[in-house]
Amino acid sequence: MRRRLSMPWSVRLAIGLLAVLALAGAGANLLSPYDFSYTDLLARLQPQVFAGGSWKHLLGTDQLGRDQLSRLLFGIRTSLLIAAFGTAFGAAIGTALGFVSAHFRGWVEQVVMAAVDVQAAMPFIIIVLFVMATAGTSLWAFLLLIGFAGWETYARLARGLVLSASRQNYVLALEGLELGWGRIYLRHILPNIASALIVQLTLNFPATVLLETGLSFLGLGVQPPNTSLGVMLGDGRGYLLQAWWIAVIPGAVIFATTLSMSVFGDWLRDRLDPVSRDR
Amino acid sequence: MWSRNYLLARALRLLVTLWIVATAAFVMMRFSGDPVAAIVGPDPDPNAIEFVRQKWHLDGPVFEQYETYLLNIVRGDFGVSLASDMPAGELFLERVPATLLLGFSSFLLSIAIGMPLGIYAAVKQNTAIDRLVMSVSVYAFSMPNFFLGILLILLFSLHWHLLPSFGSGSFLSLIMPALTLGLSSAGVIARFARSSMLDVLNQPYIRAARARGIAHWRRTILHALPNASIPIVTVLGLRIGDLIAGAIIVETVFAWPGVGRLLVDSVEHRDLPVVQVIVLATAVTMVVANLTVDLLYGRLDPRTRR
Repeated sequence: MRRRLSMPWSVRLAIGLLAVLALAGAGANLLSPYDFSYTDLLARLQPQVFAGGSWKHLLGTDQLGRDQLSRLLFGIRTSLLIAAFGTAFGAAIGTALGFVSAHFRGWVEQVVMAAVDVQAAMPFIIIVLFVMATAGTSLWAFLLLIGFAGWETYARLARGLVLSASRQNYVLALEGLELGWGRIYLRHILPNIASALIVQLTLNFPATVLLETGLSFLGLGVQPPNTSLGVMLGDGRGYLLQAWWIAVIPGAVIFATTLSMSVFGDWLRDRLDPVSRDR
Repeated sequence: MWSRNYLLARALRLLVTLWIVATAAFVMMRFSGDPVAAIVGPDPDPNAIEFVRQKWHLDGPVFEQYETYLLNIVRGDFGVSLASDMPAGELFLERVPATLLLGFSSFLLSIAIGMPLGIYAAVKQNTAIDRLVMSVSVYAFSMPNFFLGILLILLFSLHWHLLPSFGSGSFLSLIMPALTLGLSSAGVIARFARSSMLDVLNQPYIRAARARGIAHWRRTILHALPNASIPIVTVLGLRIGDLIAGAIIVETVFAWPGVGRLLVDSVEHRDLPVVQVIVLATAVTMVVANLTVDLLYGRLDPRTRR
């Protein structure tokens, strides 16, 4: 209990912000006053309510008269969902490959580690762009690609952790009991190495958010009529002079998301790994 | 220095990585639709189709096509851009200087900002200054570069009219793109510089230097910094990939006429030959950068030499 109380205020703020964002995204269809693609051409580029706008559009409207609050809520939902999916999928694939290469060793390990090397030698965004140039910009292809983001970090990490775990006494004892390998890996080793993998998750999550929003900002990620925080920012880029808020509000939300997750991840790493606390 | 076997092994690994990347690109292009259509674009005339088919041996078996593909790459022939009818390689080379200028400026900028801040934070460990530097560095690398770019444009171009918001006409137009691209690296470098400085500052030889009465700044700069900079070199190498990734977005935000913007335009037009050159060039850059870092590492820290 005392440990929980010692949580610094910045971490509490970060967790609070993430909770608010998650709730906003989850309740997007209940909270938003309009449909996110509803256009009101008579009310284009309106400012927010306290900056000369009206109560009808709390956060103003964009170049097509779409309600910014509604778009923001749905943008948060899309961006968080994609990032959560991308992080989880990449972690699952990477961890599985890490386990497989640690178990089989030999050529399987060589192949996986060679793939990790090649992946690490290529900025992920370039791979995504290349696939989009060959296969086109479909949402499913995009989602699948985002899913692979960061897999190599988990593969490398999981392999190392499993290799060192399998030399420890509890695993040797379980092997002596002749439990099946699947059971030893999933029920015993995985929970023991989970904390390091979870820290990696919190570090990869902001990167995945930036990957999706960045590509959507370029017009190569989420495609209209769907929206994401990156799509909104890209839309607002053309109207900086007349209506800065179209770009700045979603940008600030992206920043708040990545910052909160980094602060939370740093704290989590320090809690789980006391050696790095003074760094 | 390094043994000949080590250098040979490294060179071999470099070639294998490039070969894997090129092969993956081939597989991806070959199996994502009709390659002829991808090369000649929509509404081609029949002569063009026949020409491409023969030139790339697309009527032959897949293995033969693969061979032609690799040979063409080795010869530096990457095909013709669909969007502009120019050789893809030439289009790419035209854009390289602008990207190099932007990349080097932001690289130097991130070192110039990150290193002193990180070292200072380490020297002042657990003070308010230390905490301030560390918080600012988290802000810096959590900041999406496209958002930072837009904020800078809003303030410095549209509000104060101090700097041009796009193009590459003068030195002034380099400031905002370089800052946007370099800031997140500066944050990462500051954190790394701090932690590796702390490692060294707590070592006995630094305490011994202190006992011998060597001045504080001299201990920090001449005794601690050289050893602390060894791990930082690795981080600098890793930042190159992030610089390339960042340049794609930053060049688009500031309409900087570099490779990144060419890539985005080419992906939009599905101009595969150009995209492919850029992908291969990125792989070469990254692999060479990694090799350089490893060799430099061995030079700075003889213990890691094999």
